[in-house]
Amino acid sequence: MAGSEGALQVELVAADRTVWSGHATMVIARTVEGDVGILRGHAPLLSLLTDAVVEITDEEGDVVVAAVDGGFLSVAADRVSILSERAVLAEEIDIDAARAELERVPDGEIAEGETERRIRRAEVRIRAAEKAR
Amino acid sequence: MALSLREYRARIKSVESTKKITRAMELIAASRIIKAQQRAQASAPYARELTRAVSAVATFSNVDHPLTTEADDPQRAAVLIVTSDRGLAGAYSSSVLKEAERLAEKLRDEGKEIDWYVCGRKGEAYFRFRKRSIVRSWTGFSDQPSYDIASDVGHALIDAFLKEQGEERDVDEVHVVYTRFRSMLTQEPTAIRLLPLEVVEGTAAPEEGDVLPLYEFEPSAEAVLDGLLPQYVQSRIFFAMLQASASELAARQRAMKSATDNATELIKKYTRIANQARQAGITQEISEIVGGVNALADANAGSE
Repeated sequence: MAGSEGALQVELVAADRTVWSGHATMVIARTVEGDVGILRGHAPLLSLLTDAVVEITDEEGDVVVAAVDGGFLSVAADRVSILSERAVLAEEIDIDAARAELERVPDGEIAEGETERRIRRAEVRIRAAEKAR
Repeated sequence: MALSLREYRARIKSVESTKKITRAMELIAASRIIKAQQRAQASAPYARELTRAVSAVATFSNVDHPLTTEADDPQRAAVLIVTSDRGLAGAYSSSVLKEAERLAEKLRDEGKEIDWYVCGRKGEAYFRFRKRSIVRSWTGFSDQPSYDIASDVGHALIDAFLKEQGEERDVDEVHVVYTRFRSMLTQEPTAIRLLPLEVVEGTAAPEEGDVLPLYEFEPSAEAVLDGLLPQYVQSRIFFAMLQASASELAARQRAMKSATDNATELIKKYTRIANQARQAGITQEISEIVGGVNALADANAGSE
């Protein structure tokens, strides 16, 4: 880790691949308890995530935006791992597909169970994609 | 010489086209193994991080979780067998099934009944042919398993495991039988016990001296464990499927390689016999001509 003293080592991992990995100065994620921001020297933490947007500020100050659906955040010794079964970077998101997904559900109908989860996922994706613009 | 030259030629031709097919299958399997291995490697970080997290919770909190508690008196066990969808892979499927039968025997000796869960058409056909019942089966993905399927399988097994004793389809243990990919040359059928979970033991256990920090859990250790363990189970099933798919391809490549070699041998053998038949035909024709000439000469000599 030469030349990266004082940076967080971040890994954003989906079940079948590593989505993003590198050094960062800040990570913002939404846990079931609310948003958390992680900087260097954060206490060891293991937390559940909700379907939400994760923001990683890398060393150049660029922000990497990704959408996760559930999963975990684990912080220990300046190592942050974000695990989510399905994690996608904002630029990989097919926004039209997500919108179409959202429109499949008729207005006014109360979505439940699997449908609700699908809607939430689609919303998160759209939010992530718009944020990255 | 039972057959005529023409028939041998036809046979050579058919073996040649078989050889072309097996050769193609060998090459396809070989190229897919690399992809399967890459997929297995790509999923390793997730499994590693998950194992770290699970061991962290297990080490720093004394939480009992339904998925880690052993039943006092195990009655039933679920066995998940990971087989292939297609044949032509040598003894691949049959050796997994054999290993599963061995495990089943062991479990029966311990007084447990067995519920079968099967992945792959070959395993399904094996059970159907013997008219034995399967609780659930999943097919159509053996050479390219996706995480979604692993998570589906995981849900089914966890549901069965979490049922109370006495409920229908309740199981007290879950075992997985799959083929472990050691190298291109060796793949071995392996049986592991998936549930109740024995944490630390795993495919990517943290190294020794890797001190686990004192974690804060949010919202609580129980809730985190509740979320972590099912995913841990799923990731191990996914791992088993990926290993099985790499093994299947390696087994197929080897089977097809020996089929190609055998075809080459056969072609050689038939070519020799065909040449012999051709030569025999020529010899016979010559001796007929010579015989005819001699007979003519004899007849002429007699009349003079």
